[in-house]
Amino acid sequence: MSRTILTVDDSASIRQVLGFTLRGAGYEVVSAVDGREALAKADAQQVDLVITDLNMPNLDGIGLIRELRGRPQYRFTPMLMLTTESQASKKQEGKAAGATGWIIKPFKPDQLLAVIKKVLR
Amino acid sequence: MTSTYDDVFLQEAEELLGGLEEALMELEDRPGDLELVARVFRAMHTIKGSGAMFGFDDVSAFTHEVETVFDRVRQGEVPVNRALVDISLAAKDHIRGLIQGTANPEDGAPLLARLREAVGNDAPAPAGDADDVPAETATSGERATYRIRFRPAPDLFARGTDPVLLVDELAQLGPSRVVAQTRDLPSLDALDPEACYVYWDVVLTTDRGENAIRDVFIFVEDECDLTVQVIDRDGVFDNDAEYKRLGDILVERGDITEDDLQTAISAQKRVGELLVDQGLVTPEQVSSALAEQATVRENRKARASAGESTSVRVSAEKLDKMVDLVGELVIAQARLGEMAGRRQDPELLTIAEELDRLTSELRDSTLDARMLPIGTTFSRFRRLVRDLSGELGREVVLETEGADTELDKTVIERLNDPLVHLIRNAIDHGIEPPDEREAAGKPRQGIVRLAAVHSGAHVIVQISDDGRGLDAAAIKAKGVERGLLSPDAEPSEKELFNLIFAAGFSTAKNVSSVSGRGVGMDVVRRSIETLRGTVDLSSEPGRGSTVTIKLPLTLAIIEGLLVEVGGDRYVMPLSLVEECIELSRREAELARGRRLTPVRGELVPYLRLREWFHATGERPELEQIVIARVDDDRMGFVVDRVIGQHQTVIKSLGKVYQGVEGLSGATILGDGAVALILDLPRLAQNAVDGSERRREAARPGPAPGEVGADQPGPFDVGAGQRDAGTAPF
Repeated sequence: MSRTILTVDDSASIRQVLGFTLRGAGYEVVSAVDGREALAKADAQQVDLVITDLNMPNLDGIGLIRELRGRPQYRFTPMLMLTTESQASKKQEGKAAGATGWIIKPFKPDQLLAVIKKVLR
Repeated sequence: MTSTYDDVFLQEAEELLGGLEEALMELEDRPGDLELVARVFRAMHTIKGSGAMFGFDDVSAFTHEVETVFDRVRQGEVPVNRALVDISLAAKDHIRGLIQGTANPEDGAPLLARLREAVGNDAPAPAGDADDVPAETATSGERATYRIRFRPAPDLFARGTDPVLLVDELAQLGPSRVVAQTRDLPSLDALDPEACYVYWDVVLTTDRGENAIRDVFIFVEDECDLTVQVIDRDGVFDNDAEYKRLGDILVERGDITEDDLQTAISAQKRVGELLVDQGLVTPEQVSSALAEQATVRENRKARASAGESTSVRVSAEKLDKMVDLVGELVIAQARLGEMAGRRQDPELLTIAEELDRLTSELRDSTLDARMLPIGTTFSRFRRLVRDLSGELGREVVLETEGADTELDKTVIERLNDPLVHLIRNAIDHGIEPPDEREAAGKPRQGIVRLAAVHSGAHVIVQISDDGRGLDAAAIKAKGVERGLLSPDAEPSEKELFNLIFAAGFSTAKNVSSVSGRGVGMDVVRRSIETLRGTVDLSSEPGRGSTVTIKLPLTLAIIEGLLVEVGGDRYVMPLSLVEECIELSRREAELARGRRLTPVRGELVPYLRLREWFHATGERPELEQIVIARVDDDRMGFVVDRVIGQHQTVIKSLGKVYQGVEGLSGATILGDGAVALILDLPRLAQNAVDGSERRREAARPGPAPGEVGADQPGPFDVGAGQRDAGTAPF
């Protein structure tokens, strides 16, 4: 059974790249444009991994992770931050909110897949 | 696909830039509206990210700088004012220009300078931490073994981390051993199922380097205990194959303290103490045994270190390469020598002679470097003998002689398996069970003896036992049964014993787990023949049997005697040659067909190589007989001409010629021609067999083998000269 990944980014082009790469690797992909939509989709269908951008309107990445961690069915789900920031502070903030790890933009497709293998069976 | 991405990006960028402009305009009217600032910031952030994704690096870089400035606005450090908005708009235009390719990238710097000025300082943006990308790290290249302890924080599940995935990832870096440590697991009623109590000890061998290891844990490194230590490197040669002891390893890992270890050890009872406690030995016996142990240990250590200081370990491959090179050198030197001889240039001749001498010495030294004492092989067999005796219910002791006899390294290696088989045979079939031995008046304990000695250019290795010996009748019966002998044949003892080497032959009534499957002796013989050696059996019923293996000292280069027969040149191993004498045609005729020649009072039979090789051409008036020692007897080989001594590099003839008897290889002469190397013992044996068969055929009555061959063969000595019943060899 293939895993479902929720991708959240307000940039259409990024969503497109993510979708293409992940589906090509055999994952199912659900996408959202911001944290709010992501929450709705995550409630509607159980996903196995969340990849989210940090800077988004309505509900940003860290807020999304915090919200999801509050839901019993997502307490132990791996969640990765997509970030252009290399700043330690953002990573710390993310971790404090419950993020599992991060992927730095720009990323190459195999880098993305390698990181996913670290956190998702 | 890229073009579609580009299109999407361009479109998205256009939208974003449009939105950015709007927001900036509104910001001018409502400078305090933080939501607008956030929008501006997000737009730039997205453009920066997507730009980088799609290769617009200059866009990304520039936008990053603008974004950094605006971050200060976002933090509330800097108010929005008209100047800022103006410059921001200009920056936006520049970004669009960069994307569309209409702007000059150089214009970016002044814009940024103005922007920074507008917010009150021109400090460059703080650089982000550079290296947190889980990127590929350079491999260090050197293989090393690491001791890794990964102890995750108890709450790591809450961040969606699966520690087992990390351990799996680690295991992919190379061969590893993983032990999960569960000592911290509380009892079920105290257990929190959402906490992690387990930690992992991993011993990993990899050439990827420590960074690759740490990268595995990059997401959790702040919240876990990770220790990575190198415990062994490929580059370090430790003569002590014994690694640290268990207690020391545990202390190093911090699992126990040094004190704990010492307490435990001193609480341990030694074997000596236990035995004394049980009244089985006296304390004095124990002290004496300990003294012996200490003495021998010291002696061995002294020997080992004495040996160590004067010897160097060299890889076998290096030695082999040296031998190859020496072989080539010998051939090249032979060609030089030949040419020097032809040119008759005295200076060249002198040098050629010098070179000849030096290559001989080099050859000897190199081959000598490959020599090892056979003693190491012998001592390994002690354990084998002990185990086999136990398994087969015999009492056997192994005696060795000549352990420091040296053989070529390859020969020793290839000799190992045949020797193992022969020892097994000796114990299984030769030595009788203790009761049987006692009944026969022998000591209960049987002896298997391994002996090695040099003999000329050969090494003789003997395996003998004092068991029941070979049962000639049983062998004959088996031979008939297997169709190797006709029922009324009367083979000689030698022929009977030779049957044992035939494939599929085994007289063991019970096939034990150890031997008796009948696949052994033929393989043994073949292995030894591959080494250009011979193997023979001899036995005395009731007293024991002996297997004698004769091996040449070296496989690669020998000193040879170059001869000519019928226009072709051949090489004979000089080590077997005793002398050369002349044979005139008249003398040969005088002998009236008998191929015998008197040499200082002894009649030596000879073999005509001309006939053997069916050489054409006129027989020379004066021929030479090369008298060689073959299996304790002397035998002559008639050649046209003896050319001289020749350093012979033995080259294998190849599979096609494996079945040809009488040749043990070939060599390349100085002028490039090929000379075959003669296997004199084989030639002699074949000649004898051939003549015996002919004699059998000539006898009245049925006989095995060929019939009707009544021509004198190359080695017929004529009736009456020799007793046909006993073979001369």
